Amino acid sequence: MSVPSEPSSAAEGAVADRDTHRPGHPLARYVLRRIGVSALLVLGVTLVTFVLTNLVPGDTVAANLGQQAAEDPTIVAAYRAHYGLDKPLPEQYLTYLGNLLRGDLGESQQTHRSVVADLSAAVPATLEIAIGAIVLSILVGVGLGVVAAVRRGHLTDSALRLVSLVGISVPTFWLAMVAFYVFSYQLDIAPGSGRLSPATTAPPDVTGLYTVDSLLAGQWVTFGDAVAHLMLPTLVLTLYTVGLLTRFTRSAVLEVLDQDYVRSARAKGLPGRTVLVRYVLRAALVPILTVVGLAFGALLSGTVLVEQIFSWPGMGSYAYQAASHLDLPGVMGVGLVVGVIYVVINLVVDLLYGAIDPRVRVT
Amino acid sequence: MSTVVSADPLRSSGLRARFRKRIPQAWRTPLGVTGAAVAALWILVAVLGPVLWPYGPLAQDFPRLEAPSGAHWFGTDELGRDVFTRVLAGAQVTVPLALLLVGLSVVVGGVLGLAAGFFGRWVDETVMRLTDLVMAFPIVILAMVVAAALGASLVNAVLAALVVSWPAYARVTRGLVVGVRTADYVLADRLLGFSALRSLRTDIVPMVVGPVLILATLDIGTATLLLSGLSFLGLGAKPPTAEWGSMVSTAVQNFDSWWLGVFPGLAILTVVMAFNFLGDALRDAVDPRTAGVLGKAETR
Repeated sequence: MSVPSEPSSAAEGAVADRDTHRPGHPLARYVLRRIGVSALLVLGVTLVTFVLTNLVPGDTVAANLGQQAAEDPTIVAAYRAHYGLDKPLPEQYLTYLGNLLRGDLGESQQTHRSVVADLSAAVPATLEIAIGAIVLSILVGVGLGVVAAVRRGHLTDSALRLVSLVGISVPTFWLAMVAFYVFSYQLDIAPGSGRLSPATTAPPDVTGLYTVDSLLAGQWVTFGDAVAHLMLPTLVLTLYTVGLLTRFTRSAVLEVLDQDYVRSARAKGLPGRTVLVRYVLRAALVPILTVVGLAFGALLSGTVLVEQIFSWPGMGSYAYQAASHLDLPGVMGVGLVVGVIYVVINLVVDLLYGAIDPRVRVT
Repeated sequence: MSTVVSADPLRSSGLRARFRKRIPQAWRTPLGVTGAAVAALWILVAVLGPVLWPYGPLAQDFPRLEAPSGAHWFGTDELGRDVFTRVLAGAQVTVPLALLLVGLSVVVGGVLGLAAGFFGRWVDETVMRLTDLVMAFPIVILAMVVAAALGASLVNAVLAALVVSWPAYARVTRGLVVGVRTADYVLADRLLGFSALRSLRTDIVPMVVGPVLILATLDIGTATLLLSGLSFLGLGAKPPTAEWGSMVSTAVQNFDSWWLGVFPGLAILTVVMAFNFLGDALRDAVDPRTAGVLGKAETR
């Protein structure tokens, strides 16, 4: 993509001309534009969470104060003033944005703690499951998808299709319950609910990820316990995304397998593995990446349901408690964090596109 | 049947041809046929309703938490109700609502997508940025917030799910419309004096309907999962309604009685699987290019 210093032909001159008119390296421009779009999306996310949570017909006062307190006008007025509910909506939104810039998400009406403090405990808990699940899903799902595509029409392909279709059909919350019942309750192979066994104390808080923190502190027993607790929820979440990734990897790889250049590579005698990795998989990577981004969103959705079953103190549980108590700052906080995580994932996917496929950068 | 075939080849081939005509070719794969059969079975269960129920779904007439037996195939629940009856009755709740949700999403997303693709400019920008915004959230979390805000009820669960599910249709429809909008035959008709509305109706909508309907079939399973998930969280069906998701959630509180949760979960699984098998068979049959478009939209 470098601009030729001495254009030798009219066509190259035109390209150079167009490039010099816009400042900066094309890749830098691409990165900057994607970041700009993502920043706008984040602003939109704050607006959506704010509007959604404030257009609610539900009565937040009744949901958070006892019945007796809700009947006392002075208590209600004090409550509304405390949480700024007596101000006009646009003003509430601007206040919210201003506080947001200072890293303040308000105070949860449910826990009476700052939402930031609540979330900084909940987010790592969820990420610990979600990261494990997405890594496992990519390894297994992409692998199975490639196998299915290469064995197109064979028994393996049909079997994998069945497995992936079942994978995306299983209700996550039900699978979580059955897995918990069988492996933890009946067979007693897996530990009970929560992030650690009751007897184990949490490792010193550095990242909030118990596995990492226990390793940093050299607490091997705690590490083993944390990993054991992570196993079931992670595996349950993985099934759906494995199904998703297998299906899409298969079709993405199939599309590339039919291309002329793949046939040429084969015809000139390159070994099958080289063709598959260097020619096919590389080209199929862009559509696969898109789906990985989407799969991560599906994972975050799944955690809401899975965390209920495993009493996992993550974002899903927090979102559920905040939503069912109409705790507006809590709901907005979760919506914002989850939305931002999602936007960042998609930004990373877009940037990886640009790195993999030079054509993307030009447009 | 086989004797008829050998006795009169002409007649049998006619029969077979007619038989084939009636079942779309796309669905005639093992998965497609299985999916169609199971889906038809569940729709039948929903339509027949009380005719099939051995007991009343709300009748608390039996000993509590009894394991499955001859009298109660799926056991009884924590209030002494027959679980088998409640699973059958659940088909009347979840299946129609999932179909309704998909239908509404097709209409809302389709109309907005048509408008965006056909009129372009600011209409397009507005609609597409809206889809961006909705899609910036994982669906269950956004649906959960909306459902909680509207108040827990089945209708509100459908509305909440609609909020998160229309953008997929809007995007696919817009993509298809943009693809044909400047096609020669459309422009020719416009030059002949077709109004925008007539052009939409006669030239564009027919090109869009097929792929969107396939996407809708693929989406019924997802819709079922979403709605039962909301009910599981207590944001959809209210007790004592026999709804599969909320039945699973009461099962969590009665862990020893495995039958409370296993059977409603299997009901959800079979419904979702049936529609996913059907959708997959359909997708295989369509043009590979549309399959790509659908694939991207389906996962959201």
